[in-house]
Amino acid sequence: MEQGILLSGDKLDFMIKGVFSYEICGQTVWITTSHVCILIVMLVLMGFALAANRAMKHATEVPGTFQNIVELIVEMLDNMANGVMGKYGVRFRNYIGTIFIFILVSNISGLFGLRAPTADYGTTLALGLITFVIIHFVQFRHNSLKTIWVDMCSPLPPWLPIWFPINLISEIAVPISLSLRLFANVLSGTIMMALIYGLLGWIATIWPAALHVYFDLFSGAIQTYVFCMLTMTYITNAYPSED
Amino acid sequence: MDFNENFILGCSAIGAGLAVIAGIGPGVGQGIAAGHAAAAVGRNPGAKSDITSTMLLGQAVAETTGLYGLLVAMLLLFVKPLV
Repeated sequence: MEQGILLSGDKLDFMIKGVFSYEICGQTVWITTSHVCILIVMLVLMGFALAANRAMKHATEVPGTFQNIVELIVEMLDNMANGVMGKYGVRFRNYIGTIFIFILVSNISGLFGLRAPTADYGTTLALGLITFVIIHFVQFRHNSLKTIWVDMCSPLPPWLPIWFPINLISEIAVPISLSLRLFANVLSGTIMMALIYGLLGWIATIWPAALHVYFDLFSGAIQTYVFCMLTMTYITNAYPSED
Repeated sequence: MDFNENFILGCSAIGAGLAVIAGIGPGVGQGIAAGHAAAAVGRNPGAKSDITSTMLLGQAVAETTGLYGLLVAMLLLFVKPLV
């Protein structure tokens, strides 16, 4: 059963592959293509950040092309965070901007021949867990324990915690659904492109470019926006309401 | 009765096909959301950008259930948990 279930198993090329393995504490750990692609994305982003930093050090009154682009990006991300989170936006716009740029570049890296790092559940689960930790850090920092307990038993009075397990499950479902949404969207795009290239052969020459625009650019940008939007909404909800 | 590996793989493929039927629900839901967004833009063209972003957010959240179906299909086809 080496040729797989689909027609031409050897040509379907969307799986994560190991690059090399090493032993640590008796466990075999694989460095996979996801790690390599994340490293490439990271290097590109770091190069861009260094260039942007340098451009902003020599910033001029009338901005040049590159300075203009950098200012545009930063302004757009800050406006997004401030628009959704209101007065809490100042504290979180660095984090939101960072994950926005990282997820966006990861999603569209499929265009440049990489295997998108967000099509690996490890990456998206890590992002979801960061969001989860931030939500609960904010929650425990700005609410008293009594408020949280009342909240967790919410439809019923706090001395009757029958609803507590259900609320606990819905809290735990937040990072899982966040990460699975991003992962499955990017993975479905990757699989569709692999199916088209693998099964159609020479027929798939020029027109799959249009599909790349949809699966990589459009879908990737939408999912990035959704991930950041939901992260911001959850964090804002973790703050105590003001009325 | 003794089921061999190929029989289980065939049944897994049928199960994967059944699992992606989950795509019907999000399709209907996204269509309803897009239709209502179009109606809202028709009523209030000034709020087009707000309506579009809200619609896309809601559609992406509604899409999740369909993607769970896709994940189940992918697990059945490639991870082969039943073999």
